[in-house]
Amino acid sequence: MDTAELLARYEQMALIRRTEKAAHDLFLQGLVKGTTHLAAGHEAIAVGASAALRDDDYVFATYRGHHHAMARGATPEECLAELMQRATGLCRAKGGSMHLTKADAFMLGSYAIVGAHLPMAVGAAWSAKLRGTGQLAVAFFGDGATNIGAFHEALNLAAVWKLPVLFVCENNLYMEYTPIADVTAVARPAADRAPAYGIPGEVVDGNDVVSVQEAVARLAGRARAGDGPAVLEAETYRHFGHSRTDPATYRPAEEVERWLKHDPLDIARGRLVEAGVPEETVTAADERVQAVVRQAIDAAKNAPAPDPREAFTDVWADGGAAWRT
Amino acid sequence: MADVTEVRGAAARQISYRDAVAEGIAREMRRDPSVVCLGEDIGAAGGVFKTTVGLHKEFGPERVWDTPISEQAIVGAAMGAAMTGLRPVAEIMFSDFFACCWDYLANEIPKVRYMTGGQVTVPLVVRTANGGGLGFGAQHSQATENWALTVPGLKIAAPSTPADVIGMMAAAIRSDDPVVFFEHKGLLAGKGAPPEPDHVVELGRAAVVREGADVTLVALASMVPVALKAAERLAQEDIDVEVVDLRSLVPLDMATVLASLGRTSRLVVVEENPYQGGWGATVVSVVADEGFGLLDAPVRRVAGECVPLPFADVLEEQVIPTVDKVVAAVRSLAAY
Ligand SMILES: Cc1ncc(C[n+]2csc(CCOP(=O)(O)OP(=O)(O)O)c2C)c(N)n1
Repeated sequence: MDTAELLARYEQMALIRRTEKAAHDLFLQGLVKGTTHLAAGHEAIAVGASAALRDDDYVFATYRGHHHAMARGATPEECLAELMQRATGLCRAKGGSMHLTKADAFMLGSYAIVGAHLPMAVGAAWSAKLRGTGQLAVAFFGDGATNIGAFHEALNLAAVWKLPVLFVCENNLYMEYTPIADVTAVARPAADRAPAYGIPGEVVDGNDVVSVQEAVARLAGRARAGDGPAVLEAETYRHFGHSRTDPATYRPAEEVERWLKHDPLDIARGRLVEAGVPEETVTAADERVQAVVRQAIDAAKNAPAPDPREAFTDVWADGGAAWRT
Repeated sequence: MADVTEVRGAAARQISYRDAVAEGIAREMRRDPSVVCLGEDIGAAGGVFKTTVGLHKEFGPERVWDTPISEQAIVGAAMGAAMTGLRPVAEIMFSDFFACCWDYLANEIPKVRYMTGGQVTVPLVVRTANGGGLGFGAQHSQATENWALTVPGLKIAAPSTPADVIGMMAAAIRSDDPVVFFEHKGLLAGKGAPPEPDHVVELGRAAVVREGADVTLVALASMVPVALKAAERLAQEDIDVEVVDLRSLVPLDMATVLASLGRTSRLVVVEENPYQGGWGATVVSVVADEGFGLLDAPVRRVAGECVPLPFADVLEEQVIPTVDKVVAAVRSLAAY
């Protein structure tokens, strides 16, 4: 990866991090309601994978999906406006934090039922195969999702039908509050299960954007060539608690400290410095990001609430909600 | 006396409800290459109810896919395919198995369009064999239309005749909205006149299948022939019964029901699902709200009893509405 590309990855990760921080702060100010599952710490997975994909490859994510929406082109303004219940939000304020979707960029949604979207990604890959488009589908999910039936049904069907789909597990060591190791019969919750379905399972440092991009590019190439699905388990760590209300006191201080030192932004910055990129260039990227997010916060704050009549649109394809004559 | 050859010819031109399912799907697959089928044993085997016979042969394995026993993967994959340019027709072998993939029917398919602010559509059909009467016991006999009715965002079709199977299948597959399509097991062997080519029955249009002046019977799927038989018997007692076949629950054609009540002033709903939470309760509540002034008598619901479906015929008969039960209900109202 050349330095320009690496800088672009860094800047995109920094943009996600800043936006997550903004979401956190806006929540504390009472401007974001409900809940948020912040992806700070997971940025390299979304950004690295996205960079390895074609623009028209399908992406399916979870309720912890801000980073995937942004990696596929959603702007901080669209995302924050959605979280703040504004008409200008990504889903016109009908989805919220857990359902960020950018369909025109082939990011087909964030789903809040653990594991539900894996079969959908299989279906999108099946559709791509039948239509002969060469597209790929990627499902991103947590380690906790590997113990749910839909994960196993999806892997088997994808393998049997040899579909161009990648299953990327963001293993952040905890399901909700429980260590994944305490409730899983194998050490690598995703990668160790893959061989049982006759598909490759790999592990990658999910905090190193370069490693993620390389791994996804390789597995994507394989899938596109007709060699079928693959599982990639990306090791990572979340910087915040599971969701807004979780202070994450169940995580040992030593573990938190170790992982915070293995921050995806620091790793990318280190690589840039190593490649001889001047400090000012990286600082300039940080400043651009800050300006974009600051402006996004203002724009979202000033955007109008949705028209109350929007409650009754978009149930059906005709735009309406009529269920009877 | 009718000409024997003419009668034979008419019989030969009849089509079974079972064959109508495959014919309805085939017609749409011929006109639209984006229609694909998936489900357990639906390919060369033609489905456990033989409702997909001939599809694999005519359209090949690229359009008719056998799946593993993975209800979540079947419906979830259909959803992903529907979001990306196909019109999948997924089969869930028995409607009881909806419980195994209920997440997709309750949380995913009906909500994704709404919660993305209209960014995606899910033009799919989930077909299933529904209902009792065949002695399959409590886990293979339920009428589950009312499960689907609890979820805003699903269209619900439940035809009672072969012609309606074909016409409503066309409408369901062409619909840009998700449709749950209930094929009644007790009707599969029945026959009827085949419809014209390109016969389409728009969802949300009830049919008045028998006109009458005294009492309106509103029924669905296998309860339509039960209602019609009851009407014939009641005619001998000079009770003139109108029978409305709802055909779909969403959209729900309340206009036709209320118009019928304008003529008869008396309502009996005949539904196979349990009384508790049955679809008739929704129909009746709309009537109570908007049609109270039309009524000259209380309304009655002849519904499934609130127990699991038992195995033995003599027990199942106790639980599922019968002609006798419908006759008794109508008689009591006519005398009111
Ligand atoms: C089917 C289902 N069960 C439980 C939950 C509640 N829940 C939400 S997130 C979560 C933890 C999921 O952990 P993991 O898959 O590792 O993802 P992470 O949150 O760590 O990104 C749980 C149990 C849910 N949303 N869906």
